[in-house]
Amino acid sequence: MTAATNTKRNLVTAALVAPAAAWLMIFLVLPFIAMLVFAFGERAPEGGYQAAFTFAQFANLPTRAAAFWNTLILAPIGALACLLIAYPVAYYLAVRANPRYRLILVSLVVVPFWTSLLVRTYAWMYILGSRGIPNLLSMIGIEDVRMLNTPGAVLLGIVYGYLPLMIMPIYVSLEKLDRRLLEASADLGAKPVSTFFGVTLPLSLPGVMTGVALVTILLLGEYLIPQLLGGGKVFFIGNALVDLFLQSRNWPFGSAIAVTLVAVVVVILMVAMRIAFRVAGTRQVDLV
Amino acid sequence: MRAFISSVYLFLYAPIALVVLFSFNAGRNASEFTGFSTAWYGKALGNTFLVSALQNSLLIAFTSATLAAIFGTMAALGMERLAPRNRAIFDALFAAAIVVPGVVIGIATLVALVAVFSFVNPALATIWPGDQPPQLGLGYGSIIAAHGLFSMALVTMIVKARIASLGRDIVEASSDLYATPLTTFRLIVLPQILPSILAGFLLAFTFSFDDFIIAFFVAGSKTTLPIYVFASIRRGVTPEINAIATLVLVASLLLILTARILMREKKTKSGE
Repeated sequence: MTAATNTKRNLVTAALVAPAAAWLMIFLVLPFIAMLVFAFGERAPEGGYQAAFTFAQFANLPTRAAAFWNTLILAPIGALACLLIAYPVAYYLAVRANPRYRLILVSLVVVPFWTSLLVRTYAWMYILGSRGIPNLLSMIGIEDVRMLNTPGAVLLGIVYGYLPLMIMPIYVSLEKLDRRLLEASADLGAKPVSTFFGVTLPLSLPGVMTGVALVTILLLGEYLIPQLLGGGKVFFIGNALVDLFLQSRNWPFGSAIAVTLVAVVVVILMVAMRIAFRVAGTRQVDLV
Repeated sequence: MRAFISSVYLFLYAPIALVVLFSFNAGRNASEFTGFSTAWYGKALGNTFLVSALQNSLLIAFTSATLAAIFGTMAALGMERLAPRNRAIFDALFAAAIVVPGVVIGIATLVALVAVFSFVNPALATIWPGDQPPQLGLGYGSIIAAHGLFSMALVTMIVKARIASLGRDIVEASSDLYATPLTTFRLIVLPQILPSILAGFLLAFTFSFDDFIIAFFVAGSKTTLPIYVFASIRRGVTPEINAIATLVLVASLLLILTARILMREKKTKSGE
């Protein structure tokens, strides 16, 4: 290859990636830097941001401890509840389901993930609200049952909203499983239960880790579910952020919380990736 | 096991079905179905606030998905020509765009844009020759920018996966037969990656159309359909919201099913 064609090739490559690179710089990297700068600033008297360099915002974090605790307790519990339901479903789809219907069954799991979370959460507001299940219960004599605006309602909404996202990566890892390993295990006299715990489960751990990490991370930033099903009584970090940015306009404090949230996300990702790498290297996960 | 699986599917679809069912309820009551009626749809579509929110959402979704499809595809094509280290930087940034919670993306974009506007607007005012200098502010542009970020990452991921499964021999054969790189791209590569670009476009459109939290932060005074629905829900649950919700569901259902059919075609072809 001559120098001239080499230069031309480089120019074409640069032109191809330039728009995406610019977009990533201006709307991802720059905003993160701005957010970091804001987190060390002060709230202007009229709201918004005032230049400063102070750790006061981070020192203030304990005043929002309730939001952090709610999130850090309910997000892992929600992810775990999703996992307990998702694993058997993924196992069935990958191993037991009739191949003829497999694609349709998998589609039926994916489709809800891509339909509006707002609408899907609204459905539960409708069902758990006073005119829904509590109303039906009062018809058979059980009065005054409150379901909406409880931690249980938020947990239910979480499982409902994020179940598809948990099923998919586990399904992918189980689908790629080499069936001969299962046969070998059975041939060597292992009972189905010990084959499952000795072979199937360990080999599907990367999928499990991906699912748990994805769901936990997205839950840490969740706003709609606690807002609509928790009614301001069960609030997450996301709710505190909306309050700080759009109501009380304390942007530096909000930025400090957001920066802390990102730090938690990064830690979770690193732990999850380390475990996944240790178990079986990387795998591509189809989101669609 | 069968019973468990069936009940999970029931759990996934029954609540949605209930919303759809009660959108056709003649009465206002959410717990008894008093007769079939499409009156709530008429009421919803006659609501000018709702219709303008819908128009905003369609405009934003179409623009951000189109930009994402073009720039994302270009990035996917360009990235495999990059040196491994630069490629890793792109991979990391795209992964960040997908995995960082929407609420953080919304906040970061809001903070950065407001900071930029606070420098640019006074500067514009001083150099502007007329009396009324343009004021940059939040609105369509900021929502499109923030949605475009996630969407571009999504399209790049999907198209890259397709490119990785493409046969190299046919591309080499094309250039051996003296086709220019552009001709090879147009006749060989593009037709093969087109379904994945379209699928990426549709998923990006769906994402933008359904997104609430990012738009909530950066919309300024503009209202998108999810923002409108959210505000209505807070005022109280009504059958009119069920009608709107049903329309939103049908729209995203059509988009996602088309995207999946396009992606499936890709899978069967690559399996040949």
